[in-house]
Amino acid sequence: MFRFVLQRISLLIPTFIGVSIVAFAFIRLLPGDPILLLAGERGMTAERYAELQQVYGYDRPLLVQYGDYLWGILQGDLGTSIVTKRPVLSEFMTLFPATLELSFCAIVFAAALGIPAGVFAAVKRGSWFDQTIMGTALVGYSMPIFWWGLLLIILFSGILGWTPVSGRISLLYYFPQPTGFMLIDSLLSGQEGAFKSAVSHLILPAIVLGTIPLAVIARQTRSAMLEVLGEDYVRTARAKGLPPLRVVGLHALRNALIPVITVIGLQVGVLLAGAILTETIFSWPGVGKWMVDSVFKRDYPVVQGGLLLIAGLVMVVNLIVDLLYGLINPRIRHN
Amino acid sequence: MPLLHIENLSVSFETASGAFLAVDSVDFDVDAGERLAIVGESGSGKSVAMLAVMGLLPPTATVTADRLEFAGRDLRGLSPRARREVIGGDVAMIFQEPMSSLNPCFTVGFQIKEALAAHTDLDRKGRQERAVELMRQVGIPEPERRLTAFPHQLSGGMSQRVMIAMATACRPKLLIADEPTTALDVTIQAQILDLLVELQKDHDMALILITHDMGVVAETAQRVVVQYAGQQVERQDVFGLFEAPHHPYTAALLDALPDRASGNRLPAISGVVPGQGDRPQGCLFNPRCRFADETCRKVVPPRQPPELGEALCHYPLHREEKAA
Repeated sequence: MFRFVLQRISLLIPTFIGVSIVAFAFIRLLPGDPILLLAGERGMTAERYAELQQVYGYDRPLLVQYGDYLWGILQGDLGTSIVTKRPVLSEFMTLFPATLELSFCAIVFAAALGIPAGVFAAVKRGSWFDQTIMGTALVGYSMPIFWWGLLLIILFSGILGWTPVSGRISLLYYFPQPTGFMLIDSLLSGQEGAFKSAVSHLILPAIVLGTIPLAVIARQTRSAMLEVLGEDYVRTARAKGLPPLRVVGLHALRNALIPVITVIGLQVGVLLAGAILTETIFSWPGVGKWMVDSVFKRDYPVVQGGLLLIAGLVMVVNLIVDLLYGLINPRIRHN
Repeated sequence: MPLLHIENLSVSFETASGAFLAVDSVDFDVDAGERLAIVGESGSGKSVAMLAVMGLLPPTATVTADRLEFAGRDLRGLSPRARREVIGGDVAMIFQEPMSSLNPCFTVGFQIKEALAAHTDLDRKGRQERAVELMRQVGIPEPERRLTAFPHQLSGGMSQRVMIAMATACRPKLLIADEPTTALDVTIQAQILDLLVELQKDHDMALILITHDMGVVAETAQRVVVQYAGQQVERQDVFGLFEAPHHPYTAALLDALPDRASGNRLPAISGVVPGQGDRPQGCLFNPRCRFADETCRKVVPPRQPPELGEALCHYPLHREEKAA
């Protein structure tokens, strides 16, 4: 098992280097100049421009800039935002819990609903239930996130008035945030109604962000279950006289989960991409919104650092999925 | 009273192009402690008939029977729960592909003990002891260690032994073995058959062996049912069958045995078992039968008396010898 983990980690290194190059190159390929944007509408003399270029180091050859950036990463320094003058890493750490909380709730929502729906659809294959579920999943998968988000806001916040429109918690509450996760901090604060407020703020964005993963998970679970239900070992389980719930829920599902877990892992990347839209719609103060703002401001260090962190995160999640995969599929673990 | 009593069992499958009759009114009587072989080519409905007994057919299958009784109980009248107590407890089944019949996600021990948990009152410790005993019984060395193995770590023969251990875990009265040796090496085949017969004798269990191999039949069975295109074409005891087969199909199967063949080439039965679309009129075997005439092509053959192997044939073979 230890060798397995080590092997997987060593595979991450080349990927990480590749991502660092892409992150570095991507923002520089965009038209626009951070220094000019900083200057805004005020005019700037050529001397001042050259001076600022020198201050930020953008006058040096790209290769040197990249080397400098890489050297910083190796020392754990992702640079400092041009706009806020704060270290990229500390900005990320402040905002990241919000994104993590949202993404985690979204994926839990998607898996908790998607897996049972897929299982039922497979067991009742061809029934109206199956067709309804799969039709809904197709709609959910094809729906643009921002439009879906707006629809829900109009219905639940606008017409019904059940949920707030934006933010993480009502302005009525203020308390220290030791963990950064609003659900936990609001509980710890002991303030009456704080937790409820946090939940009501979280619920719509989590549903919106979880919709595509939900559709993907439901469809994947269904097709994996259909395949597994025809396997010989499922017949063996039935031949043992086990109750249907155990045959389907244990013998079949355990095998069907192997591809489903992979898909859930892959959805984490989709989730972070979706978080950019969802956070923007719901003014959720997370890294998605932060990245969008920084791209607009051509904040080179934030974009290249933030991209690297997000990519690193996706890689770590995929590693965890690989490990889980080994845990759930004995054939992988032993090879 | 026979242990398993089946009258007029038919199974048909709904398909896109209409119903397909896989099993065509077959009868079985299996006594306690008896070894019965069901022989036939692929597509003759051997497995489907037994899966119907087990209740393991997919929902697309329609099962009808005049009688479907096990130990005097009508299996069709039972609630699903009561039927599950019979299945896996009193009647167990092993399959053709041992490697894919074990769940790859669970250890061998888990899968054996699960059967014990479903049908016995043994506690955790009792189940472990019984599992070790079963593994030893089916000839697996180092049983304690093997119980913690996953199926992919076992060979085919070893997997089939595990399947047998699992099937016999709750001391069934009837074991159905569906081509248990087809997927295995020839050397392993003999070992598995010996093991099955040994367990059958030790536990006074009835054994139904589904096979297409007449050699296997000769080694193991006491009584033989020959099945063709879903019909039982002959029913005889094993000695009578090998000495004087009455149905031309049985005779052709026996002629194809390597040690009976003369000349350089093994005789083969030309053609294939008729499927859904090409069921002939009259006798189902007539297009492939050496002896078929106009009657065979037009008229459905009668069931001959027991002296003639209950053959489903107009002109059963070896008739004169019986008359003499």
